[in-house]
Amino acid sequence: MNTPLDARIPSGPIEKAWEKCRFEMKLVNPANKRKYEIIVVGSGLAGGSAAATLGELGYNVKCFCFQDSPRRAHSIAAQGGINAAKNYQNDGDSIYRLFYDTVKGGDFRAREGNVYRLAENSVKIIDQCVAQGVPFAREYGGTLSNRSFGGAQVSRTFYARGQTGQQLLLGAYQALERQVDAGTVKMFPRTEMLDLVVIDGLARGIVTRNLVTGAVECHVADAVVLGTGGYGNVYYLSTNAKGSNCTAIWRAYKRGAMFGNPCFTQIHPTCIPVSGHYQSKLTLMSESLRNDGRIWVPLEKGDKRKPSDIPESDRDYYLERRYPSFGNLVPRDVASRNAKAVCDEGRGVGEHGLGVYLDFSDAIKRLGVDKIRERYGNLFEMYERITDEDPYKVPMRIYPAIHYTMGGLWVDYHLMSTIPGLFVIGEANFSDHGANRLGASALMQGLSDGYFVIPYTLGNYLASTKFATVDATHPQFLSAIESVAAKTRALLDAKGTRTVDSFHRELGKIMWDECGMSRTAAGLESAISKIRELREQYWRDVRVLGGGEEINQSLEKAGRVADFFELAELMCLDALDRNESCGGHFREEYQTADGEAQRNDEQFSYAAAWEYAGDDQPPKLNKEPLTFEYVHPSQRSYK
Amino acid sequence: MKLTFHIWRQKDRGARGRMEQYQSDNMNPDMSMLEALDVLNEELILRGEEPVAFEHDCREGICGSCGFMINGVAHGPLEKTTVCQLSLRHFRDGESLYLEPWRARAFPVLRDLMVDRSPFDRIVAAGGYISVPAGSAQDANTILVPKNDAESSMDAAACIGCGACVAACPNASASLFTGAKISHLGLLPQGQPERDSRALRMVRQMNAESFGQCTNIGECEAVCPKGISLEVINRMNGDFIRAAWKE
Repeated sequence: MNTPLDARIPSGPIEKAWEKCRFEMKLVNPANKRKYEIIVVGSGLAGGSAAATLGELGYNVKCFCFQDSPRRAHSIAAQGGINAAKNYQNDGDSIYRLFYDTVKGGDFRAREGNVYRLAENSVKIIDQCVAQGVPFAREYGGTLSNRSFGGAQVSRTFYARGQTGQQLLLGAYQALERQVDAGTVKMFPRTEMLDLVVIDGLARGIVTRNLVTGAVECHVADAVVLGTGGYGNVYYLSTNAKGSNCTAIWRAYKRGAMFGNPCFTQIHPTCIPVSGHYQSKLTLMSESLRNDGRIWVPLEKGDKRKPSDIPESDRDYYLERRYPSFGNLVPRDVASRNAKAVCDEGRGVGEHGLGVYLDFSDAIKRLGVDKIRERYGNLFEMYERITDEDPYKVPMRIYPAIHYTMGGLWVDYHLMSTIPGLFVIGEANFSDHGANRLGASALMQGLSDGYFVIPYTLGNYLASTKFATVDATHPQFLSAIESVAAKTRALLDAKGTRTVDSFHRELGKIMWDECGMSRTAAGLESAISKIRELREQYWRDVRVLGGGEEINQSLEKAGRVADFFELAELMCLDALDRNESCGGHFREEYQTADGEAQRNDEQFSYAAAWEYAGDDQPPKLNKEPLTFEYVHPSQRSYK
Repeated sequence: MKLTFHIWRQKDRGARGRMEQYQSDNMNPDMSMLEALDVLNEELILRGEEPVAFEHDCREGICGSCGFMINGVAHGPLEKTTVCQLSLRHFRDGESLYLEPWRARAFPVLRDLMVDRSPFDRIVAAGGYISVPAGSAQDANTILVPKNDAESSMDAAACIGCGACVAACPNASASLFTGAKISHLGLLPQGQPERDSRALRMVRQMNAESFGQCTNIGECEAVCPKGISLEVINRMNGDFIRAAWKE
């Protein structure tokens, strides 16, 4: 059995590790596969591809999503592309280089073995997706087209206009529907997981709420796979879909799955700035825009002239100035932090001074309007629709926003959490991106986990585990149902004076201010006490109308926000504990003389895995030491 | 700005619905239509009235969750725009807006502005895919796709499955949706082996749901937020007839 924090990384050379691991795994006899019940929660790139592939292998799969259809999962909103080490452009790419870039980009806080496997699988993902009919961009000769993307010096990104996530998700969704048609996958849309059931130390099922009837139900299984995405909505304003939430992973955490690196969050540099207090979410624009757009602010603070009236000599192209070799293509964390820095200096643009220009006028001069329209037309339209400004004529205004969470449930090399039988894939786990994710890597990870990792490792778990017969009348199921019902009652019975959204907005503000782009010990400490106070008020004063046995969107939100409160505190605790800066985690106390993140490898070269110890106890910190045999930790430099 | 909303309220699938009027005096022209509903809902909750249920998720016009009729037009007056990206600046101060759910027998109302669009999933399950087990694909560049075919395929693949086409069609036909998937896959070399069976099964599934027939009116194309062209219906009909003939 898995002892906590044994990452089960195969020994031997990294190039052979995954192959060796696959060979050593036990297999499930084809005739026995249909005897196993597998639950997959989430239907995005990770969950959808996993459910489809497991169904195809012959397992009995139940797949759950809270949306009305699996095709709505938030992977659909990814724009820019997916990386793969195909080296079709003959420009020096290789599996090793993608591995190297990802470990370095993650600021040496990811596990080498996982990242190497990810780079290896990237190649097969493109093959698989093309065969499925994903309409990637093509050259005139009919071969696949590539572009370079955020932080990479080779062209390894495959894309389908600005809708790559949509097309990859539709590929996975179609594969999933094919299994639904074949009868191997049963789909449960409009169904939300509200608890995990652990029996004799093994994950044996989940408790769900039917979002139409309100019915709370038990589902028994031999293994549970969570592909439920990230928790960026803890900040209220983020680029995540409104429904994206942490409830599934948080319930699993409270049932014993450790939470890895909760404070590692990614701020995306190219989002449309906030325009008013009513704002419900932030809109991201693909950072592929940085390939041709130049980022600048006025040289002098308080310069209120129109951008067209500011001559070249009064502009500061600060990324090109500070990072001459990467320029506007520095990784996301670096680009975001620099944007915040120039705005903090008072040089930000737009009504609230929280924005920088992303200017296409040079690219339009060089390439012509048509070329720019072909590359970015849909993004320009989207920008104009929201801001009422035409980016062909006026520079775009952008500002960083919460976009992705590198943290998530801790998993070993097999993608299994510290609860045997509970697997976690895609953004919901913590594994591959370290402290910062590179652009076009999230889609890659979701599909690698779902199509090419979980089908092997889950089989190995099933083949090497003895299962007691369990049904939904087991006391653990009954008590989980009771605790779900009690929580619902508490939310409905509070009958307070404030809406769920008003609390969520306030929580988000605390998190953005103190646990966002830059963090300090004092700020984090004050955030923790504010969060506790607000959470206490929440349970007393929240107002959720309607009942539990009907469609009740406020009730759904209320349950999710209750979990965000608890997760927010853990994020702050983790950020406070990590006395260094790395990737997206920037502690003001730890920076180099020129303001770059300063890691402390002596003390913090580990993945933090937090263990729930009860509501009235602080969580326990476990550490998985990270060793770097191949990519030697260095100060990241993009100069 | 001030707006008067008339919104369809219906408690559940079996209940009788009715239009209710709400006055909102504090709207901002930069808000999206869904943000306007958020603000209205906050006000309703504080007054002790149940908020208006509506579907939404990404709010970037790509997930296809949102959608309702505004003054009789699916997704409202702005071309190629879902309600989540429709800002209030496209309406006049003081205007009255009538918000109703998609109206189609195949899409029963679940509550207020929410409908059940599960027939779309069943249509895709009936062959809206290319059968390729994970791990069995050859190197991606061994399949060459002419750029123009890839582009036309992508045009059709851009469908977000929101259901506006059905809602706008006087016959409540799902032909634009079904044709888009048949075209997306049928335009690619990878899609050829199953092209006939796909067309037969998907069209038959569409007919088995409670959608009406296409009579080439074109309302679907006019409201489609992704600009899916009527051509996909021609292609569907062509593929279906050819496959049925061979059958």
